[in-house]
Amino acid sequence: MSEVIKNRYEFVILFDVENGNPNGDPDAGNLPRIDPESGYGIVTDVCIKRKIRNYVEAVKEDEEGYKIYIKEDVPLNRSDNTAYEYLQTNEKEIKDLKKKDPDVDRKIRNFMCGNFFDIRTFGAVMTTFVKAALNCGQVRGPVQLGFARSIDPVVSQEVTITRVAITTEKDAENKSTEMGRKNIIPYALYRMEGYISANLARKVTGFTEDDLELLWEAIINMFEIDHSAARGKMAVRELVVFKHSKEFGDCPAYKLFDAVEVKKHEDVIYPRKYQDYQVEIHSDMIPETVEISRKI
Amino acid sequence: MSHGVRVRVWGDRALFSRPEMKVERCSYDVITPSAARGILEAIYWHPGLRWVIDKIYVRKPIQFTSIRRNEVKSKVQAGNVLSVINGANKPLYLSTKEEIVQRAAILLQDVEYVIEAHFDMIDQANQTDNCGKFKDIIMRRLRRGQCYHMPYFGCREFPVNFELFEEEAVETAYPDTVKDLGYMLYDFDYSNPEDITPMFFRAVMENGVLDVRDCEVVR
Repeated sequence: MSEVIKNRYEFVILFDVENGNPNGDPDAGNLPRIDPESGYGIVTDVCIKRKIRNYVEAVKEDEEGYKIYIKEDVPLNRSDNTAYEYLQTNEKEIKDLKKKDPDVDRKIRNFMCGNFFDIRTFGAVMTTFVKAALNCGQVRGPVQLGFARSIDPVVSQEVTITRVAITTEKDAENKSTEMGRKNIIPYALYRMEGYISANLARKVTGFTEDDLELLWEAIINMFEIDHSAARGKMAVRELVVFKHSKEFGDCPAYKLFDAVEVKKHEDVIYPRKYQDYQVEIHSDMIPETVEISRKI
Repeated sequence: MSHGVRVRVWGDRALFSRPEMKVERCSYDVITPSAARGILEAIYWHPGLRWVIDKIYVRKPIQFTSIRRNEVKSKVQAGNVLSVINGANKPLYLSTKEEIVQRAAILLQDVEYVIEAHFDMIDQANQTDNCGKFKDIIMRRLRRGQCYHMPYFGCREFPVNFELFEEEAVETAYPDTVKDLGYMLYDFDYSNPEDITPMFFRAVMENGVLDVRDCEVVR
């Protein structure tokens, strides 16, 4: 295992979508999420976290120390009773166990952080078997993401499609095709901002330099293994990382984020490709001690 | 006021969940004293000090928006983990397909506050600690934008931008109005770790200022 990270980081991710739906809104019949007041597109933090988890799961394939706790698709077989059996205890005696081993909470937490990449990175809420007997509580991971927002207002376009296969026999008697709908965004560039706290890494989860490299790799490649009919063409275009020289940081995060300016070229009215945008990093707005790197 | 500090905090979104509507989360109209304390603790905290919120200035009009997300409904079971540590051979993960739940949240949009607070020394402080030392550390962190971890407005997906507020007068979005916000969460009483109880207060925003000094707290 490599060393636990010692620096605070901030990062900006720019990713785009072409003819796809980056993040459907369950409230709006799976239309792309749009802020109704401003018309800007939104992608939630949890959507991106899911992609990072999926990438790590695909690359590491449950390798020791890189398991993923919040998985898709596989049923979970959970039962406190089996746990009691393994512990050879019961609801009453669990309190005694706690007395015998006062560090049991910490042991569980460290076990989870050591084995699961997503808990080490994003944290998890752990509960007890029996109320007040064990309390591993809430683990806050060092990596924190905000919502992503598009650079310009987006339009969501409804595309009606047909299919020739009919689902039920009854329908097949009456018609030969069925209609379906897809909602796409013709083009949008999104910006997401994130934070990494070295203190939470050191004191709580033990998030290491290796984990950090894996996180960058996962962010850069997260859409490469996430192609589907709904997504269209998605890609991470830019990952700008700010490395502070200290654990507590050198300057406010918003100053670093302000230094990354993304705007569309003046002659472009309807942006349809990444080249319609220009990314500029104003290094004069950033303290010299902060190390900037563009990972792509 | 020598240990007092004023911090300007702002962000795109915020969610200070009302405890009575915490499943489909709905935010309070303004930041709670407990969330404000959390922000200050994210910047600087020490076992020897306790943050006390004095006033909250509301600098932007109160606006809501909503968002619905796929969430998981269960948590890591400590007992389950323990049995795996002890050699049990069984799956240890949550399936998001099986444990899915869709929840809406009503959030605040485009918020800005000035938090006026002070700290008290408590008996966990070391002999060598003193108010001046803590105050210096706090001011240094605020000026440099340093923090222990990034503070957030209620939930971690809503990060807080913060800076030291150095002007004398604080302008608010609601001059010359009195707005009764009803009962709000004040904070939790942690004095007995076995029985942590919430405390509420009647929030009245006068001229955009929520004054929580000497407010009556209901348990």
